[in-house]
Amino acid sequence: MERLEVTKLNHHFGFTEILRDINFTLEKGEVLSIVGPSGGGKTTLLHLCAGLLDVEEGSVENTFTSTSFAFQEGRLLPWKNVIDNIALGLLAKGIDKRSAIEQSQEIALKFGLEEDDFDKFPKDLSGGMRQRVSFARALVVKPSLLFLDEPFSALDIGLKKELQTILIEMIDNKEITILFITHDLMEAIRLSDEILLLEADPGHIVKKFQYELPQKERDDKFIYAQTAKILQDETIIHTFELELK
Amino acid sequence: MKFILKILKDFPAYLWSGWGAVASILLFIACWDVGNQIYGNLVLPSPLETFKTLSQMLQDDAVWAEINITLYRASIGFALSLVLGTVLGLIAGFFATASMMSRPIVTILVGMPPIAWIVLAMIWFGMGDETVIFTVIVASFPIIFVGALQGTRTLEDDLKEMADSFKLPWHMKFADVYFPHIFSYVFPAWVSGLGMTWKIVVMAELLATNDGIGASLAVARSQLDTPTALALVVIMIGSLMFIEYIILEPIKREVELWRD
Repeated sequence: MERLEVTKLNHHFGFTEILRDINFTLEKGEVLSIVGPSGGGKTTLLHLCAGLLDVEEGSVENTFTSTSFAFQEGRLLPWKNVIDNIALGLLAKGIDKRSAIEQSQEIALKFGLEEDDFDKFPKDLSGGMRQRVSFARALVVKPSLLFLDEPFSALDIGLKKELQTILIEMIDNKEITILFITHDLMEAIRLSDEILLLEADPGHIVKKFQYELPQKERDDKFIYAQTAKILQDETIIHTFELELK
Repeated sequence: MKFILKILKDFPAYLWSGWGAVASILLFIACWDVGNQIYGNLVLPSPLETFKTLSQMLQDDAVWAEINITLYRASIGFALSLVLGTVLGLIAGFFATASMMSRPIVTILVGMPPIAWIVLAMIWFGMGDETVIFTVIVASFPIIFVGALQGTRTLEDDLKEMADSFKLPWHMKFADVYFPHIFSYVFPAWVSGLGMTWKIVVMAELLATNDGIGASLAVARSQLDTPTALALVVIMIGSLMFIEYIILEPIKREVELWRD
């Protein structure tokens, strides 16, 4: 069984303690989100899990066969056009050029890009389009585990919903496992099976919330109700410093 | 290959866009002619006379021999600065200590007037090819070195991280992530280095040798042969403009298509 297991993870940058005693397990087919205020070590935690940073103390065991990462700010290669950017992950896996291009074109259309856009460089795309390309690049490799670093935070509501719907469809088909960090509670409630609350200085997990209802059946009413409920939670109020000052 | 074809395909359109440049050159020649009418033939020969002298000179094998000598020195000097500057600049860029240490040395090389180098080179190497080539290297090496250094220093961690997250093999990392970025810095540095080479080679020849375009210029000066002097200047400027606008600029446009 594929899983990601994080045990007793600590991390320092120089003398600053960033993460303390992080423990959680992510099973195949689950969506786990980590919420917390900005600067709380969420990105560091995600990078440790994805192997972009070296683990110093504790352990991260990842048995997923393939992973990919969608970044907050797209991170497209400015000298490659849309299709070549999307195909990057496929080519890295050694898939031949022609079929990589075909698969990339297919997924680009699915993500709402048009054929006219295929030859454009990132400088000629809007922020939303770039994020579509970045998502397509992460998903075209059909990862069994997807890391998401606040990928929706700069998007308008319509595009946010569109991309989330694609993810929810994949979650429903049990095609994908997601580790997701965000500071948007509503987004976390819409997508997650489990939410971990990360308090800052140093980053440690203070509370877990679980949602049983399948993502596909969560309507706006459910999400608003759950968000309102979670915002009443003492730990949330404390962690996000929501007390009236 | 595809890339070269694309450059060739866009070339006619590029040439066609050059009418503005042609007009401004013609305007410049017109002003030159006005200068001739005011100051007379000795101070400033007319463009017509200059181009006549030029076409006579171009039929003379001896002149071509001089041009070839200069070309030889310039290309050896430029090739050496290109290789040394690029390789050392890239290496220095990858190591923080090396780039810190190389900064003051580059400042010295850039700050020292080429004329001072010529004097030193004449003492060290005597009158001949080596002096000219040495001066060319000293002048254009730092420009290329700094370009390559900055190219590697400014590689973005964000993109490196992205490349790691997709587990790009090393050859893809180099070809798709590092090379295009570095090249976008190194290529313009090569172009400026080439311009510098062309200026310095003539100056060094004028002072330190008795052959080449620079030396012919010195002879023309001593004989007060202004038409020949101007014709030599036209040769130098014409060849620089040919290399820059006909060869390098179209390449640069394709290479930098992705830039803002």
